[in-house]
Amino acid sequence: MTAQNPSMHFGPSAHLGEILVRGGTLVDETGERRGDVLVRDGRVVAVSSGDSIEPPQGAVVLDAGGCIVSPGLVDIHSHLREPGGEIAETVESGSRAGALGGYTALVAMPNTVPAIDSAAVARDVLALGEKALCEIAVAGAITLGRRGERLVPMAELAEIGVRLFTDDGKGVQNGGLMRRALEYASGLGVVLAQHCEDEQLAAGGQMHEGAWSSRLGIAGQPALAEEAMLARDLALVALTGAPMHFLHLSTAGSIEMIAKAKADGLAVTAEATPHHLALCDAAVQSYDPVYKVNPPLRTEADVAAVRAGLASGVIDAIATDHAPHAPERKEEPFDEAPAGMLGLETALAVGYGALCAGPGRAGSNGAGDGWVPPASGTAMPLRDLFALFSWKPARIAGLERDGHGAGRNGGQGGPLRPGAMAHLTVFDPSAAWVVDPGRQAGRSRNTPYAGRRLTGKVRHTVFAGEPVVVDGEAQR
Amino acid sequence: MNADELLVGGRAPAARHLLSIADLDRDGILEIMRLSDAFAEVSERPIPKVPALRGRTVATVFMEPSTRTRLSFETAAKRLSADTMTFTAASSSTVKGESLRDTVETIDAMGIDAMVIRHHSSGAPLMVTHWIKASVINGGDGTHEHPTQALLDCYTILETLAARRGGEAPADLKGLRIAIVGDIKHSRVARSNVLAFSALGAEVLLVAPPTLMPASLEGWPVNATGDLDSTLGELDVIYLLRIQSERLGEVLLPSLEEYHWRYGLTRERAAALKKDALVMHPGPMIRGVEISPEVADMPASLVTRQVRNGVLVRMAVLFHLLGSGEI
Repeated sequence: MTAQNPSMHFGPSAHLGEILVRGGTLVDETGERRGDVLVRDGRVVAVSSGDSIEPPQGAVVLDAGGCIVSPGLVDIHSHLREPGGEIAETVESGSRAGALGGYTALVAMPNTVPAIDSAAVARDVLALGEKALCEIAVAGAITLGRRGERLVPMAELAEIGVRLFTDDGKGVQNGGLMRRALEYASGLGVVLAQHCEDEQLAAGGQMHEGAWSSRLGIAGQPALAEEAMLARDLALVALTGAPMHFLHLSTAGSIEMIAKAKADGLAVTAEATPHHLALCDAAVQSYDPVYKVNPPLRTEADVAAVRAGLASGVIDAIATDHAPHAPERKEEPFDEAPAGMLGLETALAVGYGALCAGPGRAGSNGAGDGWVPPASGTAMPLRDLFALFSWKPARIAGLERDGHGAGRNGGQGGPLRPGAMAHLTVFDPSAAWVVDPGRQAGRSRNTPYAGRRLTGKVRHTVFAGEPVVVDGEAQR
Repeated sequence: MNADELLVGGRAPAARHLLSIADLDRDGILEIMRLSDAFAEVSERPIPKVPALRGRTVATVFMEPSTRTRLSFETAAKRLSADTMTFTAASSSTVKGESLRDTVETIDAMGIDAMVIRHHSSGAPLMVTHWIKASVINGGDGTHEHPTQALLDCYTILETLAARRGGEAPADLKGLRIAIVGDIKHSRVARSNVLAFSALGAEVLLVAPPTLMPASLEGWPVNATGDLDSTLGELDVIYLLRIQSERLGEVLLPSLEEYHWRYGLTRERAAALKKDALVMHPGPMIRGVEISPEVADMPASLVTRQVRNGVLVRMAVLFHLLGSGEI
């Protein structure tokens, strides 16, 4: 199934024959069962219940023995760095990393150069996405140039399909402006997403403020820098009635506030990253800038709270905050290096290892490396894990609507039934592997899991009927 | 997280580097003290020089201005007959253009045995150990540690106590109550001294306004207070830290005058100290802020003794890491 010309545009009719995904356990919103999935012309045409489907002549057979077959994963928080940061990542390289990680849709964050704050830039990125190995949606900035001063043309961007708006990379500091943005967004069918960080309280902190920052002599930013802005915005949601999504929440206090907001009936959703559910600030004792990220890695107690929030449904989605940086930038001293870590290729294995696999040494490469081992008796049901990775984030970003975009886009998040778009992830939960930064498909190497042994690996990814990853290898 | 885990934060991967006081246990510190005594004897000779490191090369790489520490290390290396080379750059690596990695790899490629590195970023010396073959000595990194300063401070206290007892040196600092006063939060000297003083058995008290205390003292073997005056009469050593005027802009202090009023070692406060209490400061001193001029010049002040001992202790560290056999 290797493409002849990687630069050609893959339309729905390019080469889409029949694919049989055979022998796996199907996991989608409707539950968990054994079954085969037959795909034709980009859509699911048959799903067996228990018994197997004979492969039609000429069909590509993808072995899913021992594997979980789920609707494709959806990442609503990817930094694809194009335009302006192509040294670190491009839409194409990021989409390849995504496909290898089981993703069939990515939402590209707008903190590019220039920022995605106009229809022209948004169209450029969407056009780059047409050649990608998965669906590429874009998030728009809330303010022009992400400067926190004036609003972007939100209605025009909404018209070309932009659903999420955020100044991610920084929060909107001005509460009055945030109120107006929420009011203006009401009725446009869009969602504003906040990177919660009060810059005055963060005070230039390079890691979580606490026992480790104090000992290591690295300026800390308190949990309160995140929580104070979250508290302000929850009050604004109550005031305006506009829906809001909260990016990469990382503290126990934030989880508690979202739980209360949801109990009060506010229209809010929230995400957490793989690294905030797996790693704590003890990792920074290596002074390795690969562990520098914003929001920073928090305490073990915060990691436990994030896991509990994911298990209880208070947190709606796992989103990678995939943030590539060129290798030389991550060799600068900790306080000078940029914040951010890779996530797309490892997210599902990290989430599975930390939430479903139970206690064990998976993910740790020794004492003091920051990996927080799972507590016993806390294994999450598979359906809940894939909900966090697939259909719930698809809905937050509006990617579940079939035919919402051109060509092969839309219909993300399943369920697996005849007629559905054929976006599939085949995940082998028993495959153990050691993360090698040199083998990451993206352009950067800044994975915090380098040298760590993870449990569970994506075997195949099918995007709109095209097997983009087969046996762990990208097909183009 | 337990205290042991915290205390080894940022330590060297192997004993051939000195990045943190945690790289030396109590015995390691006492070994440096013993070697420093031997080098004190050498420094009394008409030609204060030994051939111990002849043929070895020590590079000092100072990415932050600090003439006194650099001169102290270079003097120490020369008294051991090592060759020295110097690289200084005040600007950060990003401003300068060349990366820290390229800078230190270039110097390492010239063939050196040890690199003393002073850097404005915490953790930079630890990163350097991943890139070069030579031994790395932390000459002060950001707000993390300054281990040779702590070693020379321990040596100065022990030497002073020995002189008072007619030459008989105490085994360690057990029974002493030492207050470190000032900007603990931003002080690499404080972080190294807390580890060193407590490893040698002293009771350590940190004294600072809450804005200049670390956010957390979890795992630190210390007591802490904001009230200097109530502790003065119980101290055996008062160790003053420099206050930098940048802290005013960060709204950590209202004014240097107010700091002096609350925490400066004035003549009145000096009078409230025990008669034989020692006064120490890592330098450079800001007279009129953390210490009054007349107190700085009192006999209890060990400040110039600290400078002299800096050379001896750095000789001991270089010999400990690079030397072999007899001095």
